[in-house]
Amino acid sequence: MKAADQKRLLREMIFFRRFEERCFEAYMEHKIGGFLHLYSGQEAVATGVLEMMQRGQDYVITGYRDHIHAIKAGAPAREVMAELYGKETGSSRGRGGSMHIFDPTVHFMGGYALVGQPFPLAAGLALACKHKGAGQIAVCFLGDGANNQGTFHETMNMASVWQLPVLFVCENNQYAIGTRIERSTAVVDQYKRVCGYNIPSSQHDGQDIDTVMDAAKKAVEHVRSGKGPYFIEFLTYRQRGHSMSDKTAAYRSKEEEAEWARRDPIRLYSEKLIKAGVISEADIKAMEQQIFDEIENDVVKFAEESPTPKVEDLNKYVLDDSPDPRWIGPLQNS
Amino acid sequence: MVEMAYWEAIRRAHDEELANDPMVIAMGEDIGVVGGTYKATSGLYQKYGEKRIIDTPISENSYTGIGIGASMAGMRPIIEIMSINFALLALDTLINAAAKIRYMSGGRVSCPIVMRTPGGTAHQLAAQHSARLARMFMSTSGLRVVTPRGPMEACGMLKSAVRCNDPVIFIEHERMYNMREEVPETEYFRPLEGAEVVRKGSDITLIGYNWSFVLCMKAADMLTRDGISAEVVDLRSLKPLDRETIRRSVEKTHRVLVAEEDEAAVGVGAEIISVIIEDCFFALDAQPVRIHAADVPVPYAANLEHAAIPDEHDVYKGALKVLGRI
Repeated sequence: MKAADQKRLLREMIFFRRFEERCFEAYMEHKIGGFLHLYSGQEAVATGVLEMMQRGQDYVITGYRDHIHAIKAGAPAREVMAELYGKETGSSRGRGGSMHIFDPTVHFMGGYALVGQPFPLAAGLALACKHKGAGQIAVCFLGDGANNQGTFHETMNMASVWQLPVLFVCENNQYAIGTRIERSTAVVDQYKRVCGYNIPSSQHDGQDIDTVMDAAKKAVEHVRSGKGPYFIEFLTYRQRGHSMSDKTAAYRSKEEEAEWARRDPIRLYSEKLIKAGVISEADIKAMEQQIFDEIENDVVKFAEESPTPKVEDLNKYVLDDSPDPRWIGPLQNS
Repeated sequence: MVEMAYWEAIRRAHDEELANDPMVIAMGEDIGVVGGTYKATSGLYQKYGEKRIIDTPISENSYTGIGIGASMAGMRPIIEIMSINFALLALDTLINAAAKIRYMSGGRVSCPIVMRTPGGTAHQLAAQHSARLARMFMSTSGLRVVTPRGPMEACGMLKSAVRCNDPVIFIEHERMYNMREEVPETEYFRPLEGAEVVRKGSDITLIGYNWSFVLCMKAADMLTRDGISAEVVDLRSLKPLDRETIRRSVEKTHRVLVAEEDEAAVGVGAEIISVIIEDCFFALDAQPVRIHAADVPVPYAANLEHAAIPDEHDVYKGALKVLGRI
């Protein structure tokens, strides 16, 4: 990979981290409401996998921890932040919030709060890709907890039977909210769970972005070549709680958190690039400052200054707001 | 005009819409090679192939979700659920996803799916094959719910449902698949919205939808023999509801009965009568009556099943009660 691309990827991950940490601050200031699930610590997975996709062509879908997937897929960061602020300029016009970011212009087809629901939606997007025959694929990001839903098993079966062009990315952060994987799941290695559906799969370190990209590249090639679905598992760790209300001390140890902090994806990649002479520590410091300023002066400013949705528009978007009367009516009663 | 059974009308709508738009597909259990439990997709697998007529495994929630996902990327799936009871398994993807995606994406993503499913009691199918559930879909924001009363409506409304950009729940009825009616030979559409005054009358308004509409028509015939002129309104669309047509009929007859095959609580009758009270309370000359099922899971024994489910005699007697004749 070229040095310029390596620097860009590092910058993206630092940007994503700062974006999420800025969300934390805005939540504490009551600027952001509802539930907020932050991605800090898992950046290498979304960044690395989506780097291997055709941006704006392939379809991307995920659960409720969705800000970074949306931005990496191409949604403008300022619109994602405006959505969190409940503004009309937000990705979903302020109707969705943190868990429901949508940007169909870049084929980011949403964040969903029902755990496991995106599995079949992703397979459906892939069905459409296959039907249209234009070489597009769908990628579905979900956590390890989602694999205990019925939709996981039902969808793996159909995706395999119908050979759908879909990549399932399991971000195994080892906790379903506060329940550790060994306590909820009979088979801890998630990639083994799809062998019953005859889907090829593999497990990789999710903290090292180069490893993620290598693995994702092969998986994407498999899916795009028409060989059917692929299931790829990345071992990763969320540095914050499940959302803003859980206390991680109740379910995981300080030692474990410290161990994973040593394997922070941004730290690993920074060290690697410094060692390779691609970037200096001073360059990274400057980059961090630039990102800090960009998020304050562009992203947050846009969200702060944008208008809220109009109350008179409450009933918009329930159904098609300009339906074709040939199909809808009115019916003429004599 | 040509005479056609209800199942043939459904089949014809599929055929015409599949021919019209390559993005239309059909999916469901046994709809392809077998042709559908009620023959509603017979012959289409042979004509359009397995890419467009998709036999699914028994995974209602996820195959509905796959249809929804495909619709988000421009396809128009017609999803068959073999019995409305099984639709309960698909409620997560239907209600939590399809009904809400347009709204929670700020109108940026639509889910133009049709979910076809027979709801209602047939002949001794017992509790797990006799659900009606129209009231549940009717209470869900973001869905359209239509209930075609016969072959003419079934074909024309299914074609409209496929072309509409919203998720449409298309409720059929197991007792109605062999009902016959004349329909135009050339292509036609029936609108998804609007209640219809199918039979004009002056003494009482009988309101029903799919099977309960059939019961209202039979009861209206019986009332004629007593010299009573009943107006019969087919709701057609349970969501959105045509309040205007209901109001106009009640202001004309001043008496109203609502028939449904489901249990009464939080049901279609409850909703319609609430609407009447809100819109034209002072037009009423008598207490409204609801005709509905007994508050029991549907029993197997024929005599018990009959006792649990309303028929035309119940509607007739209910009308006499509204009119103060009993």
